Amino acid sequence: MDKLMNLKLKVWRQDDADDVGRFEEYQADDISPDMSFLEMLDVVNEGLIGSGKEPIAFDSDCREGICGSCSMVINGTAHGGQKGTTACQLHMRHFSDGMTITIEPWRATAFPVHRDLVVDRTAFDRIQQKGGFISVRTGSVPDANAIPVSKDESDLAMDAAQCIGCGACVAACKNASAMLFVAAKISHLSLVPQGQPERERRALAMVKQMDDEGFGNCTVTGSCEAVCPKEISLDFIARMNREYGRALIKKGTI
Amino acid sequence: MDFITGIFKTSLGRKYVMAITGAGLFGFVVMHMLGNLLVFAGPAAINEYAAKLHALGPLLWVARIGLLGMVGLHIWSAIKLTSENREARTVEYDAAAEPVDAHRRGDIVAKFAARTMIFSGLIIAAFAFYHLAHFTWKVPQINGAGMEDFESYYVADDFTTPLAEGKEGKNHADVFKMIVTGFKVPAVSVFYVVAVGLLCFHLSHGLSAMFQSLGIKNKNIAPWMDRFAVGASALIFLGYISIPVSVLAAFIKIG
Ligand code: HEM
Ligand code: FES
Repeated sequence: MDKLMNLKLKVWRQDDADDVGRFEEYQADDISPDMSFLEMLDVVNEGLIGSGKEPIAFDSDCREGICGSCSMVINGTAHGGQKGTTACQLHMRHFSDGMTITIEPWRATAFPVHRDLVVDRTAFDRIQQKGGFISVRTGSVPDANAIPVSKDESDLAMDAAQCIGCGACVAACKNASAMLFVAAKISHLSLVPQGQPERERRALAMVKQMDDEGFGNCTVTGSCEAVCPKEISLDFIARMNREYGRALIKKGTI
Repeated sequence: MDFITGIFKTSLGRKYVMAITGAGLFGFVVMHMLGNLLVFAGPAAINEYAAKLHALGPLLWVARIGLLGMVGLHIWSAIKLTSENREARTVEYDAAAEPVDAHRRGDIVAKFAARTMIFSGLIIAAFAFYHLAHFTWKVPQINGAGMEDFESYYVADDFTTPLAEGKEGKNHADVFKMIVTGFKVPAVSVFYVVAVGLLCFHLSHGLSAMFQSLGIKNKNIAPWMDRFAVGASALIFLGYISIPVSVLAAFIKIG
């Protein structure tokens, strides 16, 4: 086994949404380089609980990079900055013995902090509810290949569908813009036949909700794409811009 | 959604406004530079060009009002978008970005030009105002050339021979003499070079962002669009500064 590490953590602690919050420092000793970042936090939390203190609250669920729960800014970088990696998949071997790691929650007006590292991401849910779905007949299972979809388009749709809605794009963007997320959702469904009936309505309604939630605007810095654990491409933002323009022309009233 | 609301009251709509007016202003900046470069062809060429522009009459006013409208819309949406962006992120991160893969820092952190668009833009606007006062309204107090009155510079119909007693509306303006006298003042030239530098800095990010805002960028052509942005900015910089530099180096001179 590799040598164990001793680290210093500087973690954002905030009791609830109304608390002003503060940084607190903790020692994380005997950390195995093979642990994931969240496992390291679990170890620290066990220590805190053992000494009668409140553990650090953070979101997590799947711990295998598919649910998008684990939201934290590690050393100023959403998910820590390894290519295509969520915080739960980030291993401690990327850090060096003795270093100080700063851990902060996503920072965005539209993502208020609930507690410690946990932020309220229901703004994304509300955007999704405005059009991130298709309306189909329920009941019997549809015939698998009844609707032809071209390989190219389905591949591209799947690239967009990779988005796990973690919010790292918002966290990393200097403008706290949610455009990469919304672009992925709009693009995904606009590319497949099942998404066509609601295509224009979806683009208009999701963009409007995104604005209403108080996210910022894209200034094409590329930070979102660089931190996205699913490597959603900036191309989808260009596609969303097209989709929106198309929808305005087709469905906009004068 | 109503079309007008969809353009002027939404994030994406305002980005179109930004991009379209930005593209229009870029077009003007290029044409203006090409026109200016006629000083290298001598007094007759640039004075005749200026006279032709003035002869456009009402059309010239259409162009001027169009430009003013574009500048107004561009600044309006710039301020609106930027203030929304500030509200969207009120708390900054305590730690500077240090990704575990250190080489990815450049991709993760927004470039300086992108972070300072509103400042480069507003300074350009202030410069444009000064520039108009300098060469269009010909305010003697600000030209730094010893209260020289550019308003009194006229040429005969050969566009070359200076007239001592020219008249507005009757004779052609001696633009060549004005440019040379204007840029002979080192401080004026330095200020001009700095302002053009800022404009090109603004364009180095703006032009590539413009393609994205208009939805015509993708990974296949993005590298070319980025090269275009940097290349066009560099050419514009060289094109514009070549004039004050040539005047100061006495490569372009009167007589
Ligand atoms: C007059 C004051 C100006 C202000 C306040 C201003 C401000 C801005 C801002 C804030 C942006 C957004 C940048 C981004 O998307 O990251 C922008 C974009 C742009 N600006 Fe300006 N600018 C000004 C003048 C100009 C001028 C004179 C030109 C043209 C020569 C120009 C060309 C552009 C272009 C092409 C864009 C890209 C549009 C886009 O993002 O889609 N700007 N400007
Ligand atoms: S916990 Fe599910 S993605 Fe990290």
